Amino acid sequence: MDVERIRRDFPIFNRKFHGHPLAYLDSAASSQKPTVVIEAEREFYEQRNANVHRGVYGLSEEATDAYEKARERVARFLHARDPQEIVFVRGTTEALNVVASGLGQTRLREGGRVVTTVMEHHSNIVPWHMLRERAGIDLRFIDIDDDGRLRLDGYDDALDGSAKVVTLSHVSNVLGTVNPVREVADRAHDSGALVVVDAAQSAPHRPLDVEALGADFVAFSGHKTLAPMGIGVLWGRAELLRELPPYMGGGEMIRSVHTDRVDYADPPARFEAGTPNVAGACALSVALDYLERVGWDDMAAHEHQLLERAFRLAAERFDGTIRIYGPPLSEPHDAVLSFSVQGVHPHDVATILDREGLAIRSGHHCAQPLMNRLNVPALNRASVYLYNTAEEIDRLFGALEKVNKVFAA
Amino acid sequence: MAYDMYQERILQHYRTPKNFGKLDHPDFSGEESNPLCGDRIRFELKLDPSKSTVAEVRFSGEGCAISMASASMLTQKLAGQPLAAVEKISRDDVLQLVAIPLSPVRVKCALTGFTALGRAIHGAPASADPAQA
Ligand SMILES: Cc1ncc(COP(=O)(O)O)c(C=O)c1O
Repeated sequence: MDVERIRRDFPIFNRKFHGHPLAYLDSAASSQKPTVVIEAEREFYEQRNANVHRGVYGLSEEATDAYEKARERVARFLHARDPQEIVFVRGTTEALNVVASGLGQTRLREGGRVVTTVMEHHSNIVPWHMLRERAGIDLRFIDIDDDGRLRLDGYDDALDGSAKVVTLSHVSNVLGTVNPVREVADRAHDSGALVVVDAAQSAPHRPLDVEALGADFVAFSGHKTLAPMGIGVLWGRAELLRELPPYMGGGEMIRSVHTDRVDYADPPARFEAGTPNVAGACALSVALDYLERVGWDDMAAHEHQLLERAFRLAAERFDGTIRIYGPPLSEPHDAVLSFSVQGVHPHDVATILDREGLAIRSGHHCAQPLMNRLNVPALNRASVYLYNTAEEIDRLFGALEKVNKVFAA
Repeated sequence: MAYDMYQERILQHYRTPKNFGKLDHPDFSGEESNPLCGDRIRFELKLDPSKSTVAEVRFSGEGCAISMASASMLTQKLAGQPLAAVEKISRDDVLQLVAIPLSPVRVKCALTGFTALGRAIHGAPASADPAQA
């Protein structure tokens, strides 16, 4: 994999901050975009822009065709049986809300148990809390061990033979842990629960196989997978999508509307009220093509090498003043490195790193229950993607030495 | 900007904050947390027998260098002050006291202690300026 060539595909890397070339180590928050994706968005508006599923004229048909082709492309990425199982939404957050809210009117209407994990992003906690408030569901959290692995020894207790939904992230946005989704799903199904997978952090790094995962619903965001903001995907098993009530009402999502009643359209249209982000869907399709051309395996190997370098530098050069959170690299661990610098608050770390042209994330990472579990107020997180280089990792640790120097007594 | 922010004056207060700790039976206490950074600062004040002058002040909690240094500097301004004068301290006074260039995000850090102080003496933030919230 030729990283220098890849970097030339991303115009943003021409930018400088405080006189340094941008070292973007925050792709877990949002990825940068290659020219082909930006061009795809532009091409839609220059050549195909019209509303979809509405006009009978040629341009609208082309727009509709492009949109439906994007749906097929995403279905292929997810190994879904049928493109009609792909719902375009704004992102992971909306996808999870569609599921939680829908189940809140069906299987969870009278309450019932929902099992999640303590490492979830707020977008996979808050919609369920809303159901706790609305429907009185009983929300249980699976704990982690000190290295950030799920503790499945408590899982059967949590399921209690009566759980109706198990919802978890495929990959933790803080710890990098790759969760054993298949095992979790099998045990959930054995006890009759549905399985919802937040794939926001895994989709950027691998093609997903919804069957192999054993999932019933899967959510991810385009903007973390090289695509624009405002486009994302909910995949649901056809029969389950059919039983889910709509989330928003409006145009596109109906079969017929009368003054005294309304019939809803079948999925996916039922969940796509209003004018969708067609340009975004087209660009997402191009982003997935781009990632496939780069090669998933090469990309994963490259990211792993960068993480290995980071772990090594942290261990060798810092006398124990840098503490890394998450499982060791000998175990499944995706492209994030969360750490604390002894005696220095993460915001102070990030401020000094910014001065060196390094963009990392600091804060609670929308995972306050996890911060509490780890007993830290906040963490630093560097995350890597296909376009990052070994030199950027070296710059990161050089800058962390500066942090220590600034704060040294 | 980073290195102007982390001047020795600021770092001194961060490493060895003034008036850090708690009081027995404070007359006033107030807390402010900033969930974005996980910062949490508590101010406690004790008045003299006339109940019109600040006799002792302490702050506690955890935060970044800017929030801790700012809180520490603020406590130095309070002891011996008439309560009426403390009530008049404004956010600009605090920013002048801290006297470093701050991005909008970090201005919040510099005001965490001030907000805690406001909660202590008014039961609400000292300057109810929603534009700056
Ligand atoms: C694990 C995880 N879930 C959900 C989300 C929310 O994604 P979005 O903000 O794109 O809806 C994120 C992104 O920050 C994430 O990392």
